[in-house]
Amino acid sequence: MRRSCVAPPIDYIMLRIKTPKSLRANRELEKRAPKLVENGKKTLILHGTKTSNVLNDVLTEIYHLKKDNSVKYSRRNDNIRPFESGGETSLEFYSLKTDCSLFVFGSHSKKRPDNLVIGRTYDHHIYDLVGVENFKSMKSCSYDKKIAPLIGSKPFFAFIGEGFENVEELKHLKEVLLDLFRGQVVSSLNLAGLDRVYVCTAVSSNKVLFTHCALRLKKSGTTVPRVELVEVGPSMDFVVRRHRLPDESLKKEAMKIAPELIRKKEKNVSKDAIEGKIGKIYVPDQQVGNASLPFTPKGVKRVRREAKAKGEDNKQWEKKQKQHDDVSA
Amino acid sequence: MYKFVDLKRFRKPLFRKQIHRRILCVEKSEMGEDEQQEGGYQIDLGNLTAFDPHHQFSSVPDNREDLVKECIAHGTKLIQAVADALFNLPSTEDASGPIVSLPPPSTKLPREKPLPKPKPPTKWEVFAKKKGIQNRKRDKLVYDEQTSSWKRRHGYDRVNDDNDIPIIEAKMTDEPGVDPFAKRRSEKKQRVDKQEKNRLHNLKEASKVGALPSHVQLAATALPITGTQTAPRKVSKDELQNVAGMAATSTASGGKFDKKLAGEKPPKHEKKYRKFLPVVEGSGMGSLEKQQSDKILNKLMAKNSHEILNVGKAVDMYNAKSDKKRRNQQGKSSSTSSKLKVKKSPYKNASKKKSSSKGKSK
Repeated sequence: MRRSCVAPPIDYIMLRIKTPKSLRANRELEKRAPKLVENGKKTLILHGTKTSNVLNDVLTEIYHLKKDNSVKYSRRNDNIRPFESGGETSLEFYSLKTDCSLFVFGSHSKKRPDNLVIGRTYDHHIYDLVGVENFKSMKSCSYDKKIAPLIGSKPFFAFIGEGFENVEELKHLKEVLLDLFRGQVVSSLNLAGLDRVYVCTAVSSNKVLFTHCALRLKKSGTTVPRVELVEVGPSMDFVVRRHRLPDESLKKEAMKIAPELIRKKEKNVSKDAIEGKIGKIYVPDQQVGNASLPFTPKGVKRVRREAKAKGEDNKQWEKKQKQHDDVSA
Repeated sequence: MYKFVDLKRFRKPLFRKQIHRRILCVEKSEMGEDEQQEGGYQIDLGNLTAFDPHHQFSSVPDNREDLVKECIAHGTKLIQAVADALFNLPSTEDASGPIVSLPPPSTKLPREKPLPKPKPPTKWEVFAKKKGIQNRKRDKLVYDEQTSSWKRRHGYDRVNDDNDIPIIEAKMTDEPGVDPFAKRRSEKKQRVDKQEKNRLHNLKEASKVGALPSHVQLAATALPITGTQTAPRKVSKDELQNVAGMAATSTASGGKFDKKLAGEKPPKHEKKYRKFLPVVEGSGMGSLEKQQSDKILNKLMAKNSHEILNVGKAVDMYNAKSDKKRRNQQGKSSSTSSKLKVKKSPYKNASKKKSSSKGKSK
C-alpha cells in the first residue's frame, strides 16, 4: 500500500508569523505586492552564451532608452533558452528577484544570428515571447544635443502598416513593443514634457522598421502645435522569427480588470452629435386614486355644517372635544 | 362618505409615459473619449498611440534612408493626429506647463501580477459588524488629570500606564494573599496572548484564501516528520477512544478496573459473549451452520494433517524456484563457494501448503 506525502492542512501546523525586521524591507515588499492599479513594468536586459557587436549595441541602446525602469545584466547566461520548456527557469528566477515583468534576451548563434527575444511574464512565469532578428541596427546618428529626449518621458507611438492588423506575428510584436516602451500609465500628463516618438512601420509581412525620434513642437496658428520629428537614437529593422502566444486560460486571467476599475455607464445619458449631452427623464404613471391630497378640511367642515343643519344625530361629524384631564397644579 | 378632489390641480392632461428630452449641456460634439477615428487612423489617447491599419507600401524604396524618411513623414502625420486630440483636451495650468488628464488606455495589455484577493474579515470586524460598532478616530494626545498635562495615548510616558500605579486600594472582593500587581500583570499577559492568537487565526484565514498581506509570511515552527509517510495529525476524539479501548481490552481484566480520567467513558463491551446463528436463514446466504462447522473442522484438520497438500500448486512453486535458480546461476558465475552462500532457513517447508476451504466442496 503506497501512502502519498500530503502536506497537513494549515490548521494543524504550529505556525509563526514572520515579518521583515526592518521597515525598509517592509516597504520594498509592499512595492512588489500585487495591486489593483499596478506600478509600471520593469525590464530585464540580458544576453545568452554569445553576442555579436550589433547585439551588444542594441541591448545597451534599449537600456539607455529605458534607463529608470530597467535592469541590465552584463554576464552571459548559458542556461537560458526562452523557447524551450526547461530553459526558462533561470529567467523566471531573475524576474522574481528583480521584480521585472518584461525581458529582452539577446543571443547570437550561427542558426539565429543577432537574435532578440522580447518576452513578458505574468506572476513571474513566462507569459509570451517574440523572437526577432535584428536585421540591421543603426546606432544613434548625430543630432543636436538640445533636442535629445529626457529619460522617462512618456512617448508617442505610431504604428503604420496593415501588417500590424492582419499578420498574427506582427500583431503580437505590436503589443509587445507597446508594452515595452510605453512607460508608466498616467492619468495626468504635462504637455510640456512630451519629447519622444517611436515609429514602427510594417514594411512587409515579417519585417518591421523601428525608429526612435525626438519631438519638436512648432508654433502653428491654432492651439495645437505643429509636430516635427527628428531622427535620434537607435533605428532597427526587425524580422520576426518565431513567437509564442500565451495559453488561453493564462491570457484570460492576465487580462482581467478589477471590477472596481470598470467605469459604470451612466444611465439615461447619451451624447448626440448635434445637441451635445442629452439626458432622458422618465416620469412614472400618476396614481390619481392614491394621491395624497393637501390637507384642506373644507369638505369635512361643510359636511358637518349640513349635518348640524339637518339636525341628525351624527356623532361622527361632531367636533371632537379635547379631553381635559384634571391636572394638579 | 366621499372624497372631494380639487380638480383645479389636474387640469393638464397627463399622458401615460412622458419622456422629457432635455439638453443638459450644449458642448462641442464629442465623438468618443479613448478611441477616435480621425482620417482613418485609430488613436489610443491613454497610450498616446496612433494606428494606421490601412497603409500599404506600394513599392518599397531600395535605399534604407529613403525608406526611413518615408516612414518618418508618415509617422509625423499620425503623431499630428494624436497631438490634435491631446491638445484639445481640457487642460489646467501649472507652473511647469499645461496639465491634461488622460483617459485610460483603450488597448488592453496584460497585467504583470494577478489581481489581489479581497481579505476575509477579521474576527473583530465580524463582531463589530454584527454589533454595529463604528470605528472612531482617536486623538494622539489625551489630557491627564493627575499631572494636568497633555500626554500621548500610546508609547513612552503615556496616560494610564499600568506600571505607574503606586497604590491599589483593596476591595471587599479581594482575597488575602493575592498580589494585585502580579494579578494585573498576568491579566495583561493573558490579553496580549489572546490577541496574538486571534492575529494568527486571522492570518491563517487570510492565507487559506490567498489574501495574506505582502509583508507577512507564515512559517511552520515544527516540521512534519519526514521519516514516516504521514504527518502528525490531530487525533480525533473517536480515535482516542478507540485506542484507549484497545489498550483497555489488552489488560487481564478487560479494562474494568483501569483508572479513568474525568470525562472518559468506560470501555465498551457488547453483552454478548457467544454468537448464535439465526433461527431462520435469509435467502441470500449459504448454509450458515455448514459454514461454521466447516471453518472449525478445517482449522483442526489443517494443524494436524500432513497429507493435505495442494499438489498442483506445489509443483508450480517448485518449477518456478528451479527456473529462478538456473537463471541466477547463468547470470553470475559464482565465485564464492557454496559454503559462503546464504543458506536457506531449514525451518521453512515450502512444499507444505494448507488447503484453502474457499470454493472447495467436501
